[in-house]
Formats: sequence, C-alpha cells, structure tokens
Amino acid sequence: MTKAPHLLKASMTYDGGPADTGPDMSLRPGSGASAANRIVDGPAGRKPRKALSRRNILIYGTLIVVCLYYLLPLYVMIVTSLKGMPEIRLGNIFAPPVEVTFQPWVKAWAEACTGLNCDGLSRGFFNSVKILVPSVILSIIIASINGYALANWRFKGSETFFTILIVGAFIPYQVMIYPIVIMLREVGLYGSLTGLVIVHTIFGMPILTLLFRNYFASVPQELFKAARVDGAGFWAIYFQIMVPMSLPIFVVAMILQVTGIWNDFLFGVIYTKPDLYPMTVQLNNIVNSTQGVKEYNVNMAATILTGLVPLTIYFISGKLFVRGIAAGAVKG
Amino acid sequence: MAAATKPSRWHRNLNAKLAAIPMIVTALVVFIGGTVWTVVYSFTNSKLLPREKFVGLAQYDRLWSSSKWLISIENLAIYGAFSLVFSLLIGFVLAALLDQKIRFEDTFRTILLYPFALSFIVTGLAWQWILNPDFGVQQVVRNLGWESFAFDPLYNPEIVIYGILIAGLWQGTGLIMCLMLAGLRGIDEDIWKAAKIDGIPMWKTYIFIVIPMMRGIFITAIVLIASGIIKVYDLVVAQTGGGPGISSEVPAKYVYDAMFLSQNLGQGFAASTMMLLTVVIIVVPWAYLEFGGKRK
Repeated sequence: MTKAPHLLKASMTYDGGPADTGPDMSLRPGSGASAANRIVDGPAGRKPRKALSRRNILIYGTLIVVCLYYLLPLYVMIVTSLKGMPEIRLGNIFAPPVEVTFQPWVKAWAEACTGLNCDGLSRGFFNSVKILVPSVILSIIIASINGYALANWRFKGSETFFTILIVGAFIPYQVMIYPIVIMLREVGLYGSLTGLVIVHTIFGMPILTLLFRNYFASVPQELFKAARVDGAGFWAIYFQIMVPMSLPIFVVAMILQVTGIWNDFLFGVIYTKPDLYPMTVQLNNIVNSTQGVKEYNVNMAATILTGLVPLTIYFISGKLFVRGIAAGAVKG
Repeated sequence: MAAATKPSRWHRNLNAKLAAIPMIVTALVVFIGGTVWTVVYSFTNSKLLPREKFVGLAQYDRLWSSSKWLISIENLAIYGAFSLVFSLLIGFVLAALLDQKIRFEDTFRTILLYPFALSFIVTGLAWQWILNPDFGVQQVVRNLGWESFAFDPLYNPEIVIYGILIAGLWQGTGLIMCLMLAGLRGIDEDIWKAAKIDGIPMWKTYIFIVIPMMRGIFITAIVLIASGIIKVYDLVVAQTGGGPGISSEVPAKYVYDAMFLSQNLGQGFAASTMMLLTVVIIVVPWAYLEFGGKRK
C-alpha cells in the first residue's frame, strides 16, 4: 500500500504548511530581486483587502452558517439535558432552559434502567473503561511490533501477510463475525471482556500495523545499522531505539484506538453479555427502550455522557487527531 | 524504502517471525479463514448452529425473495448514492472555503470535524431527538405559525432513509473535508499563479485544474465513503431501529438480525457474502487502478 505514506505526508504539510507562514510569505519574491522590483513596479506585495469585501462576507458567512448547523445537535443535546420534562413538553427544543436542572444528569449516570438493572450508565462507563484500557494497550503493543518487524526485519512472506492484513481491513465485519464467535466459544471466551479485547486487537491490527510500519520505515536506516553493528538484537533495538524515537506515532495510535473502541457498538453487542455491555450499547438500550415514559432530558444527558470521552480526546489532541484520521484513512 | 536486511540464515530473523505470529494468525485464520468459512457455510441450511448440510443456492434464493432484504438493498443504494455525492461535494466546498487563507481556520475546522469523533449511536440519538415530530424541528416550525408544516422523516416510511442520511452526513463530511484540505494544500502555489495570469476564473481553475490534480485524494475519499456506507449499522439501530416497520433496514442489520435474533445463520451467511461481493466489486477495480502492475 503506497497510499498511506502519501496521505501522512499530505497531512503533515497541512499541519505546518502555508497556514502557519501566513498569506504573504508565499507570495513574497526573493529578497534580492524584490528591491529591484520595487523600484521598477512600484509597491510590492498584494493589494490590501478590505475586511468587508463581498468575497470575505461570502466565505465567512457560509462557514459561520455551516458551523452553526454542525454545532446545533450538540447545543440541542445540552439544553435539553438541562431542562425538566414539563418544560420540554411545552417548549421549543432550541430554547435555552428557563430553569436549569442537573437532575437528568444524575439520573442518567446513576438511576436509568436497562432491563432489570437500574444503576444507570455508570455501569456501561466502567465496562467501557475495562474494555478500553487493555484493548488499547494490547493492540498497540502487537501492532507496533508487527510494524517494526515489517519495516526493519522483513522475512520471506512478511509482505504477503501484510497485504492480506490490509486487504482484510476492507472485508465487511459481518463476514467474519460468526467464525470469531465460534473460535471464542471454543476457548471459552465468548461473552467475556477478554474475548472482546481480543476482537478489538484483531480488527485494530491492519490500520495500526500500517501506521507503525510506515513510521518505522522513515526512521533513518543508519541508526538501525549502527545498532546492529554494536550487537543489538531485535528486542534491544525495538525498546532502546524505535520506541523512544517514535512516541508521537504512539500517541496518534492511541487517539485512533481510544476513539474507535469507545465508539464501537457492533462488537460490544455481539461479543459481550448484558452485564458487560459497553457504554454505547447500554446507552442505546436506555434511550430506545420501549417501556416506560420517555424522559428526553435523561436520554440527552446520557447521550452527552457517552460522547464525552471521545470529544475530550478530540478537543485536547487537536492536530494529532487530524493526523490520526488522515493516516487511518485507508481503514474505512 | 530499502528497509530490508536480507536474511542469510533463517534463524537470524527468528525473533521477527515470532513477533509476527499474531499478525500471521490474524491474516490467515481470521481474515482468510473466517471469510472462506462464512462463504462456504452460506451454501448450507444452518439454522441455530452451523451445519454441513449443503443446499446449493437455496439461501440466496430466499434472500433475494425476502422483502426485508430487498428494502435493505434499496435503502443502501439510496443512502450510498446520496452520501457519496454530498460527502464529496460538501467536503470539497468546505475545504476550498477553508483554503482561502482565512482567519480562525483552526476553529472552523475543529467545529466541522468534531461530529466525526462521536459514535454513530450518539449521532443517531441526537438526530432522533431533533427530528422528533412532537418536539423537534417540525413542532418548532409549526409553533411559528406554519401549522401544516410536515417534516418527520423518521416516522414516514417513504423518506426515513433521508433522515438517516442527514445524520450520516453530519457525522462524516468533516473527515472528507480534512482529506480534501490536505489535498488542496498539496497543490503547488504556482498553479494558482499561472491560472491567475492566464485570467482563468477561480471556479474554472478548481474544476478543470485542481480537481483533476487531486485524483488520488478523491479516489481515497470515495473508497473511504463507500466502505463506510456498506458497514452502516449503528446509525440505523440508534436512530430508527429499522423502522417504521422495516422501511429503514440495511444489509448489515439484516445480517445481525438473521444471525443473532432469528437464529437463521444460513441467511446471515448468505447476506454477509453478498456484502462481501459488493465490496469486491468496488475495491478490486480500485486496487487494480492504483496498484495494477506495481504489486509484487
């Protein structure tokens, strides 16, 4: 796959590219020539733009309107979760709450019912954490070692396995779901958190391996050779040279996996039991349960709670997130 | 990329081979083995448990005469076509706007991309609430005085798939925008200068020069959107649960329902094999175009 390095590069130019140097830098002629030009042509550089030109109004206007549309669902969720049910029944979903109440949040976290359990979303939250932490660690360890072996220690057939792995990323999960159920059942892990961790590790492998392979391949080859000459072996080079040099890519991989696994629904619902359902599955069960009176404010509080983890990661990680998804573009 | 150190003795690379065992097992057992297994068992009449009683194409006959499957396919086609066109269109236009050396670019980009961090379940539930006919957009417009206003996609079998499309686009266009923006940034500044000197209007430069130059990015985006479309599942489960009736069913949900709810494994295998076939039809020509001849 030659796709990803190209993508990564593209996103890197994007990170530190023209946006940071500002609009004038790229248009400024070389300093020697500019002195001469200035005399010949008069003032150099672009004609200053008016702040309120028609073009600017059009661009900023469109972007602001689109951004408002994108923010609307988040806004509606937040205001709904802060209202009491009577206010929701009477009022307008876009109106800010007249009387702010945090009761729906408390209820969503600690009292909302799914089936017989009435201990709220907190159960799903902790299940998700128990799934997330080992899955992220395990998948990153395995994929980074794979990537390292593929980049620096190629053996006969390694590229073939890698190609299969990448092609496998395009196979719909539905095709592989049931064989995995059988395999997990055979080893007694079907319905357990361990089983789900293995599934996440398997399906995270193609994209992460690709990510690490490309990164390790860009580490200067001389470094690797020098370490070999000094007698360092496979593991010594991995732990003492590759890992310390590649921390940014580990962070990218972590962002990718944390958001991906937290947001998973399909694997959670198939490979775990109701007691161990991750947060997304439990959220869906709470909101879409057919019994009882619908409490929209509680539902929205629960929805925001579930989205909070990936959103926090997104807003903290900023450009690294963009890099991660650009690299993950091949995953689909 | 001259990364390979050629092994002269097989045990010299033993550690690498040991370290690659998880990858080899995943590739051979899960990806190839699992896929072949499912395809083979799609020709059996497995019900609650897989059985080796082969019945030829009977499962496929049943599949294609099931109205639920036909509706699923139709929905996928509508959702897919619109989602592809609008994702590319909106993604590109937004990227082009962000590429005009504007201020607050990071802020705009952060806002446009944040839905992508949210799961389909959260997305589906948020839009289910906004499109709720009793409290959502429809009611708000009616309260403004337009009493007969009707916009209740999630409760109208005719247009329910468009309700899902709205949510899907909201979640996914940010990603396409980011890809397109990366592509636009990769285009040489001189191209713009040359076009300007030749007096070519901006929109023409975009359509006839820049877009053809971004072919690679467009293909990546299309493959990305297409494989996302085929997998669409959580969004439907959260937003409509396949309803009203079976009007918003999709193939991925058909597979899940057949396998885990109605204990009809054979149907599930046949349906998932059809999904695989669709992917093959999309991916193979792309892979051929991208890597044809170059692949070792």
